[in-house]
Amino acid sequence: MTIFRELSQHLLDIFENGAKAGATLITLNIVEDFAADRLLLEVRDNGSGMDAEMVRRVADPWVTTRTTRKVGLGIPFLKQAAEMCGGEFGIESEPGVGTRTWATFQHSHIDRPPLGDLVGTVLCMIVGFPTLEVLFQHTVHTANGETREFTLDTRELRAVLGEDLPLSDPEVLGFLRETLTEGEAHLRAGVEVPSLA
Amino acid sequence: MKSLEELQKIKERALERRRMSAEGMRARVVVAMGTCGIAAGARDTMTAILNELERQQITDVAVTQTGCIGLCEFEPIVQVQLREGEMVTYGKLTADRVPTLIARHVVGGEPIDDWTVKQKA
Repeated sequence: MTIFRELSQHLLDIFENGAKAGATLITLNIVEDFAADRLLLEVRDNGSGMDAEMVRRVADPWVTTRTTRKVGLGIPFLKQAAEMCGGEFGIESEPGVGTRTWATFQHSHIDRPPLGDLVGTVLCMIVGFPTLEVLFQHTVHTANGETREFTLDTRELRAVLGEDLPLSDPEVLGFLRETLTEGEAHLRAGVEVPSLA
Repeated sequence: MKSLEELQKIKERALERRRMSAEGMRARVVVAMGTCGIAAGARDTMTAILNELERQQITDVAVTQTGCIGLCEFEPIVQVQLREGEMVTYGKLTADRVPTLIARHVVGGEPIDDWTVKQKA
């Protein structure tokens, strides 16, 4: 049982951890491998990181750094979602360097939540943390060996926009939405998703 | 495909627009995006806010996020502040309520009392 309906909600949740850990760059990496029937979600941040003791305890829902509520559920949820879908979960961290959180899934597993609204998720990240750089990478390996990639790097966009125009400007957001929608559609176009039958 | 040249054009247009509206931001909208908020649909609420602002071409509203504010049972939580006014906290502000919120509070300037979270002092 998980309270998130979509894997992109897990991505957003783990992203928030990195943003609150003072990261200036967060990399989101999604790899869908239809040949190997595997899905990888990975979030890397260059925030404050955690010591070994905190990493060991972080999958425990009763551990949190928050002060407004006594339970931290995000990481246990992702771990549980991965493990019930024939996958694995891992978290590696180093104080002062950052944290890498990842989860794998059997892509075709009947209980695997859909990726869901990735476009809306990435937009929320950019709007929510306008000074943070986001590198979004989504790779699809099709069943017949073709590889497709889509990348969105806010550093590239910021280089064009300069300092006077934030990424959260409504017109820029419109551009970002279209860019993400097109990129995601291109990854999917004509890809044969192995059926569950 | 979208190109960076296109973004360059948007930049020029948007900067010009920003120069014209020297009055600054009319409102600040904050969406709570802790684990509790995300589980209750905060992402869809924020996406709906961005869509609605874009649809109505409202460019002087700053949208941002915050973490869990300790009112998990009322998520999704959205806070609206008009210029120098007080911050109003709304509970169970799901995506379907967003157009009404924008129309009545952000554009109309009147908070929707029935939807606010009454906090004990």
